[in-house]
Amino acid sequence: MNDVIGLAPWLIGFPLIGAAVLLLGGRATDRWGHWLGVLASGAAAVVGFILLFRMIGTPAEERAVDHILGTWLSAGGLDVDLGLRLDPLSMTFVVLVTFVGTLIHVYSVAYMDHDVDRRRFFAYLNLFVAAMLTLVLADSYLLLFVGWEGVGVASYLLIGFWDTGRPTARENAVAAKKAFVMNRVGDMGLIAAMAILFATVGSVSFADVLPAAGGLSEATATAVGLCLLLAACGKSAQFPLQAWLGDAMAGPTPVSALIHAATMVTAGVYLMVRSGAILEAAPTAQLVVVVVGAVTLLFGAVVGTAKDEIKKALAASTMSQIGYMMLAAGLGPAGYAFAIFHLLTHGFFKAGLFLGAGSVMHAMDDQTDMRRFGGLSRFLPITWITMGLGWLAILGIPPFSGYWSKDGIIEAAFVPVDGQPWRAWVFGTVAVVGAAITAFYMTRLFFMTFGGRRPRWTENQHPHEGSPLMWWPLVFLGVGSAGLGAVLGIGGTFTTWLEPVVGHAEHHEPVLPVPVIIGATLVLVLLGAALAFRMYAVQLVPEEAPRGSFLTRAARRDLYQDAANETLVVLPAHGIARLVQVGDRDVVDRGWGVLPLAVSWFGAMVRKAQTGYVRSYAAGMAGGVLVVALVAWLVVRLGAGLGGAQ
Amino acid sequence: MEITNYVVLAAVLFAIGATTVLLRRNAMVVFMGVELMLNATNLAFVTFARLHGDLTGQVLAFFVMVVAAAEVVVGLAIIVTIFRTRRSASVDDVNLLKG
Repeated sequence: MNDVIGLAPWLIGFPLIGAAVLLLGGRATDRWGHWLGVLASGAAAVVGFILLFRMIGTPAEERAVDHILGTWLSAGGLDVDLGLRLDPLSMTFVVLVTFVGTLIHVYSVAYMDHDVDRRRFFAYLNLFVAAMLTLVLADSYLLLFVGWEGVGVASYLLIGFWDTGRPTARENAVAAKKAFVMNRVGDMGLIAAMAILFATVGSVSFADVLPAAGGLSEATATAVGLCLLLAACGKSAQFPLQAWLGDAMAGPTPVSALIHAATMVTAGVYLMVRSGAILEAAPTAQLVVVVVGAVTLLFGAVVGTAKDEIKKALAASTMSQIGYMMLAAGLGPAGYAFAIFHLLTHGFFKAGLFLGAGSVMHAMDDQTDMRRFGGLSRFLPITWITMGLGWLAILGIPPFSGYWSKDGIIEAAFVPVDGQPWRAWVFGTVAVVGAAITAFYMTRLFFMTFGGRRPRWTENQHPHEGSPLMWWPLVFLGVGSAGLGAVLGIGGTFTTWLEPVVGHAEHHEPVLPVPVIIGATLVLVLLGAALAFRMYAVQLVPEEAPRGSFLTRAARRDLYQDAANETLVVLPAHGIARLVQVGDRDVVDRGWGVLPLAVSWFGAMVRKAQTGYVRSYAAGMAGGVLVVALVAWLVVRLGAGLGGAQ
Repeated sequence: MEITNYVVLAAVLFAIGATTVLLRRNAMVVFMGVELMLNATNLAFVTFARLHGDLTGQVLAFFVMVVAAAEVVVGLAIIVTIFRTRRSASVDDVNLLKG
């Protein structure tokens, strides 16, 4: 391991240099800039795989390495090293980010072919990858925070990439701002967590903090855990900071794939798993994590059932799947491995689904309304098959990827925590119901797009498969969606791989026998899929969305998340701002206004003494001298009197 | 002669001078009042010099005379200039510099 560890900084270095060259080179790099972007990301992927294979070849207990590059900050009691932590957890992310990221880069070469700003797009993509790698490789919360913010900036730049010259330019810019601001709310949590850790442990590096977590008081651990959860909620679009994710679809489709599969939203789950030791010291925080995950997974799933735009439906699905991961991350060591495992498989099938959706949009002249698709399977066979693999994977049909990871989470959710069976029943049920709803909306999405007895296209559409640059990444991701889960899941390979980081999970029995859980989940999933098949493949899909039930209308509007934010946060904040403004103007300003008034009044009074008559001045002087003389005389007299008394 | 008489005379002269300055409007007369006050102080200086057998007071009286002479030069010049421009020697007419 140690002979190749010097390569580790290049994981971040390659994409960072790529971004710097493309941004500083400007228009001069327009002709070949996109290939440089692919090269930078690809080089990072090669380095990632070299390190991964060397790590696999090392004994399990020697796999975690802190590669210190030097001192970064030294201020008073705070010493932060600039260092990279390589262990099975960060390597899993490195491989996911660089491999899927590179596929998305390749896809973007074709997808963004006609965009005049393609070079700038690749610069941002490289920046995104570099920031995400900084985030997962950091050996301290502070360096992680640098990557965390870098990811936020890159996502802002990419979501608002089409912010000029388009009819939706304004909405795109607003969506980017929304994502950025909501992420900022979460960032406050991370900053607060770091402050508490520094105050109690005296360090923010993982090597110091995580072993010391067991010694923290429960109140401290809970505070840190909840602050970290807030950060994770912002980055991973978890309830209640989920509202930005749907709007983030304003970015080009490869960006959506990157944000939803390999980078950005996975950061919150990474943070939770990385901070597992802190969460384990705070059972309350763990419970909150599980609740947030459960709420979000149902929330996203319900929203997904009503969305007609293909990307928005997938966005809701991401929210829901990340909810599964959060739920697992709150379950302790038994859940961590499955949270990361699901993150990995989800990275593949969701990237495949998004890139597939991009391919469909490419074929349909940027149409995103699924009600105007239908019958595309004959025209886009590769997209159809690869998205089909992703669809089966997200449903959790064995033996596709999602089954191995999602089933693990559902089983873990059914395990009673601290001898509290109610938690097992509640969260287990939520997970199973979520799986059924997932089956419904993904089947709906799949058949509205590819199935159906007659196409509902707008006029003059001639769908066709894109260039090989677009469908080769789809094939890779499709293969991953199909096989990755089985390769890593059978025999618990992945769980064992992560054990050095997340610790060994004691095996506990779920409240229901495992075959019953698997069977019930599969039955519900098939029922959900069958219902969607009947509604959207057998029956005709209306081109105009029907009014729908109350729940449908609510889900279409994201369960009123924007209205809720508006009422609960924006309006009160405006109210406070207005109050402060009025207070500043009427109390502070007016209050201080009295002082100059008093001074000028006094001046007006004193002014009257200046008559301009020399004789009155002379009288003043004479009178003054008299007074001084009188006082002097009195003082002398009194002094003499006192002296006499002595 | 009692030394007190000189001091009283000086005080009386000073008072007359001061009263003149405060009450009369004609700049020339005001000026004369000022001179009277200066000479009253001179008288007091000389008296006390005699009393203490010390020449400091007499020296100071010479200084006062020099200053008074200079003051007369400057003061009369101002009065003449004002008179030329305003056709008046009343100090109450020169009241433009006021608050």
